Amino acid sequence: MSEHEVTLTINGESVTRSVEARTLLVHFIREDLSLTGTHIGCDTTSCGACTVLLNGKPVKSCTVFAVQAEGAAVETIEGVAAGGELHPLQEGFWEKHGLQCGYCTPGMIMTAKHFLEKNPNPSEDEIRHGISGNLCRCTGYNKIVEAIQYASQKLQADAGGE
Amino acid sequence: MPQLDDRTEPHSELAEGVSAKMPTTDEVQIKTPENIGGMGHRKKRKEDPRFLQGKGNYVDDVKLPGMLYMDIVRSPYAHAKINKIDASAALEMDGVLAVITGEDLKAAGDLHWMPTLMSDTQMVLPIDKVVYYAQEVCAVIATSRYIAADAIEQVFVDYEPLDAVVDPFEAMKDEVIVRDDKEKKTNHIWHWEAGDKAATDAVFNDAATVVKEKFYIPRIHVSSIETCGMVANYNKAREHMQIYMTSQAPHAHRTVFALVSGLPEHKIQIISPDIGGGFGGKVPVYPGYVICAVASLVTGKPVKWIEDRSENLQADSFARDYHIEAEMAADKDGRISGLRVKTLSDCGAADAAANPSKFPAGLYSICTGSYDMKAAHVEVDGVYTTKPPGGVAYRCSFRVTEAVHMVERMADIMAHELGEDPADYRLRNFIRPDQFPYKSPTGWEYDSGNYEAALNKAMDMLDYRALRKEQAEKRAKGELMGIGISSFTEVVGAGPSKDYDILGIKMFDSAEIRIHPTGKAMARFGTKSQGQGHETTYAQIVAEELGLPADDIEVEEGDTDTAPYGLGTYASRSTPTAGAAAAMASRKIRAKAKKIAAHLLEVGEDDLEWNIDRFQVKGSPDQAKTIQEIAFAAYTNHPQGMEAGLEAVDYYDPPNLTFPFGSYICVVDIDKGTGEVKIRRFVAVDDCGHIINPLIVEGQIHGGLTMGLAPSLFEEIVYDEHGQNLTGTFADYLLPTAVESPKWELGKTITPSPHHPIGAKGVGESPTVGAPPAIANAVVDALWHLGVRNIDIPITPPKVWKLLRDAGVTD
Amino acid sequence: MIPGAFDYHSPRSLEEALSLLQQHAGEAKILAGGQSLIPAMRFRLAMPSILIDINRLDDLRYVEERGDHLAIGAMTREHALEDSSVVCSAYPLLHDTALVIADPLVRNQATVGGNIAHADPANDHPATMLAYNATVVAKGPKGERTIAIDDFFTGLFENAMADDEILTEIRIPKPGANSGGAYTKLERKVGDYAISAAAVQLRLDGAKVAAARIGLTNVSAVPMRAKAAEAELVGKSISDSVLEAAGKAAAGECDPSPDLRGGVDYKRDMTRVMVKRSIQQAVVRAQGGK
Repeated sequence: MSEHEVTLTINGESVTRSVEARTLLVHFIREDLSLTGTHIGCDTTSCGACTVLLNGKPVKSCTVFAVQAEGAAVETIEGVAAGGELHPLQEGFWEKHGLQCGYCTPGMIMTAKHFLEKNPNPSEDEIRHGISGNLCRCTGYNKIVEAIQYASQKLQADAGGE
Repeated sequence: MPQLDDRTEPHSELAEGVSAKMPTTDEVQIKTPENIGGMGHRKKRKEDPRFLQGKGNYVDDVKLPGMLYMDIVRSPYAHAKINKIDASAALEMDGVLAVITGEDLKAAGDLHWMPTLMSDTQMVLPIDKVVYYAQEVCAVIATSRYIAADAIEQVFVDYEPLDAVVDPFEAMKDEVIVRDDKEKKTNHIWHWEAGDKAATDAVFNDAATVVKEKFYIPRIHVSSIETCGMVANYNKAREHMQIYMTSQAPHAHRTVFALVSGLPEHKIQIISPDIGGGFGGKVPVYPGYVICAVASLVTGKPVKWIEDRSENLQADSFARDYHIEAEMAADKDGRISGLRVKTLSDCGAADAAANPSKFPAGLYSICTGSYDMKAAHVEVDGVYTTKPPGGVAYRCSFRVTEAVHMVERMADIMAHELGEDPADYRLRNFIRPDQFPYKSPTGWEYDSGNYEAALNKAMDMLDYRALRKEQAEKRAKGELMGIGISSFTEVVGAGPSKDYDILGIKMFDSAEIRIHPTGKAMARFGTKSQGQGHETTYAQIVAEELGLPADDIEVEEGDTDTAPYGLGTYASRSTPTAGAAAAMASRKIRAKAKKIAAHLLEVGEDDLEWNIDRFQVKGSPDQAKTIQEIAFAAYTNHPQGMEAGLEAVDYYDPPNLTFPFGSYICVVDIDKGTGEVKIRRFVAVDDCGHIINPLIVEGQIHGGLTMGLAPSLFEEIVYDEHGQNLTGTFADYLLPTAVESPKWELGKTITPSPHHPIGAKGVGESPTVGAPPAIANAVVDALWHLGVRNIDIPITPPKVWKLLRDAGVTD
Repeated sequence: MIPGAFDYHSPRSLEEALSLLQQHAGEAKILAGGQSLIPAMRFRLAMPSILIDINRLDDLRYVEERGDHLAIGAMTREHALEDSSVVCSAYPLLHDTALVIADPLVRNQATVGGNIAHADPANDHPATMLAYNATVVAKGPKGERTIAIDDFFTGLFENAMADDEILTEIRIPKPGANSGGAYTKLERKVGDYAISAAAVQLRLDGAKVAAARIGLTNVSAVPMRAKAAEAELVGKSISDSVLEAAGKAAAGECDPSPDLRGGVDYKRDMTRVMVKRSIQQAVVRAQGGK
């Protein structure tokens, strides 16, 4: 059974911890780094509540070992509001009531963040497919879609203004 | 009309402002400006900032110094004797502190059995045998989650398999007894009836048309994205047990824990922090909770138990499992005259459904639905099987989902049999607005309703008549299109103390409001939101009543040390009970505020009138005191002889339940090649009385609709003949994603509840109640001309495919 | 759920990976995307004592046309296929397939090589690679060799590589003029395995089908070609009766197992429907449509 030293950046900050090879990235984030905004909702890589950005791409952190993230840049929900200001997605979820219990929300936002970077002006169908790896039980998805549409408009407007 | 006159004076005075027969409107009432944010405002939720930034505090986020971890060894058999539990290998592992078995719990004071919410008993940990697949067999306590997971693999249990009891009809034959711990060796638990059998039989004898059908509503699972769990923290020095728990009803749980464990109730604190969805799955007491608390008691250390998704799906939180036989009678004019229903309730290995205690079949007798009929009789039998216990969950409103599925399917079958349009058939059979309050044949008094307005609105929203034309044209070309309607009556807000209790505790609910000198307030409640937005909606009610800005009101729930006693949040009861308590407590405060205002303005109370956020002198509005000024005065300048402070508590005993209702219309197209059902449009018109926050109500409806879609087309807990769960992970228990879930279209009507202080009704479960029959009706409607009369949910492609091919229809 | 413990190696080069693999032959498993392996490990269905993580082999990540074929590095993440303009424009069968593998998040980690090497008939790439007549490139201590896709899948979760070989590249022959392909997958919901799926790649000569290869997903123990269905097409013009004959043939030659997705009869009939729909779409594309 091997213990490994893992160094990675988490929301821009470099950290080093010693972990068992089998430590799942989601547990590393929640327990070793005490960032509990990333959640666990299943055990079959189905629900997406554990979604984080790994080198910029959203992945299910329950299905990645922490050791695989050695040298990587990991972003979690705690890093999304830059300088204390809410990201347009966080604003959109708030304005449009895109969350109820809040448990799937961090995963949804991490997925949506990358999705909008890749697809800044998506159709509703594209949004629904884009978040199809994230399960929500509370909202029925309509208002999550609206939240992402709000954010896409805001991000495009902000980009236009620069 | 339900009376308030058995109450004390203050209540009858306070229930002002809502008259008995208010007409239906569709405009949300807004009486306060946006900065106060009272009822009707689409106010952004106050609780969101922490969730948006990953700063929620769910049970698994709780970390206490020295915390240990618990994992559970579970049975791979549905029914088996336990010959031996060998935990020696596990105990030898580094980091494993203890293994707790049924024998250990028995020695600790007969804690190996516990009472259920229906006053049955359920094993916490077994000694002699297991009675369901994935049942808890023993628990390991270790220093880390990972070590605990390793340790459960090192516990070896010698089982002797017994025959499983999977089919409830077989179970009723009593050939294999599930509960041999009981004196009476039978699997039949209870028999329950409602309605008038003789009158119903007479109506059926006279009927011109009778339709019969059987429905199986299978087991499904709430699958909130957060599973169940607990951190139990026993402090030996203080003899105090602090528990963080995924609980929808922390006070009731505290009382039950006290009674079961013998720990004094004032030494138990249950904190239900942020909860990641409940839907009824976090109401029962699961064995894991009890073992976790005992583990902490014994070790004197905090112990955390968080179940995996597989454990959650396989061992707890199930709903439904009703086998229904229904008959509906119609007279010579085709009007519905009677309903006769027999049902077998597969309860699993204990009667642990989270029902009010006098209602083993919940509120199932609401099953005459929205229709005016002469007589009805319904009987239900509960039976044990070797499956997990439970049954009341998944937004079922205490079995209203089952009742409405049955009656809406039957009404549709009757309409089709008689060759009538299903919408027109409903319109001529509805209880009429002038018939309210309506006494149903099974004893319900519906407070208010306007079913035709809701259905007409839904029909307008999607141009129903044009769709029927389209359907006829498509049918001529061999294309399969269906339109399904569901016009449901819901019944929520349990409930009046004369009929409703949970293990004897009456189902009132409570609000405690305290206004601080600087005009800010704290409001605490006996309910517990798991996403329903109480931190916002309750603040809006208080803002409406007292004119304090909703943003100045801090709402708290879930800590039994500070919150007033309540029965929790489930069955859409919070607005009807605690929401009412919020209004009533506010009105008590306003009554005191009036006295203070009179004192400040040096006038008599009769000279004052209330205006949004102030008392002003009648005819001289400049002479006024705002609620903030009054609050300050309550601590600095209150009248002599009056107590200082500005606060009130209300324990609200509702005089009746409330009756939300709605009409849903679903349009489907069926792929003849694959049997897939595609929902083209789904329109939902809901009436939940006066609306506190339309944004939140819409969210509740969307979410409830998706949880109505899911059992209709996707979800089912499947057991094999040995009682093994075949759908024990999300790989096979299929939750809809944003792709499967349609773009729901909403409409509303507003028919206030005449007895509720703010005329509101509750709405969270209406969509889960109303949607499945709309979808099932649409599919059957699409296939009726092929001879199809019923398809049980979930309506999966293979089921549809078989019906198509049997009817000679292919791609 | 928590995996069992294991020893972990993270080689920086293919040579290092191969050397580790040789050293620990039989005990070690390759960790590529991990989206099949890690879930199995979390349920302790797989308990390898050693994992060799090849995610640092950046040299194995590419999608590029080389002369007469498309070369895909084994460690290419699935999402790269969606994002690749050459795949989108010239390899529509592959593009169709990429869009329906698991869900968008899994596709950010899962690899093309892993999907194929796993030799799971429920995975989507095997049928597509069979339809394309792809070639697998494997590297071992004795060097590099190519394996025709028809020879690659040898059993349930078994492939033709030796224990000490690593799949490094997949080559898809560039489809000629008048070619078209399509993948149609029937699934219970997004993210599920197929109830049945059909990958079709064909070439037209005028109105007639000059060549056709059909791969089927999740209706056999080993990823299979629907050869009888192919035979119904070659030399014929596409008509309703030809389509139906091909679909029926595929339905007859597949060997589905009954499960929660459906019974045998249903799956056979869905194979018929998926094959027909894929052929129809492939023909449209062969004729220049989308």
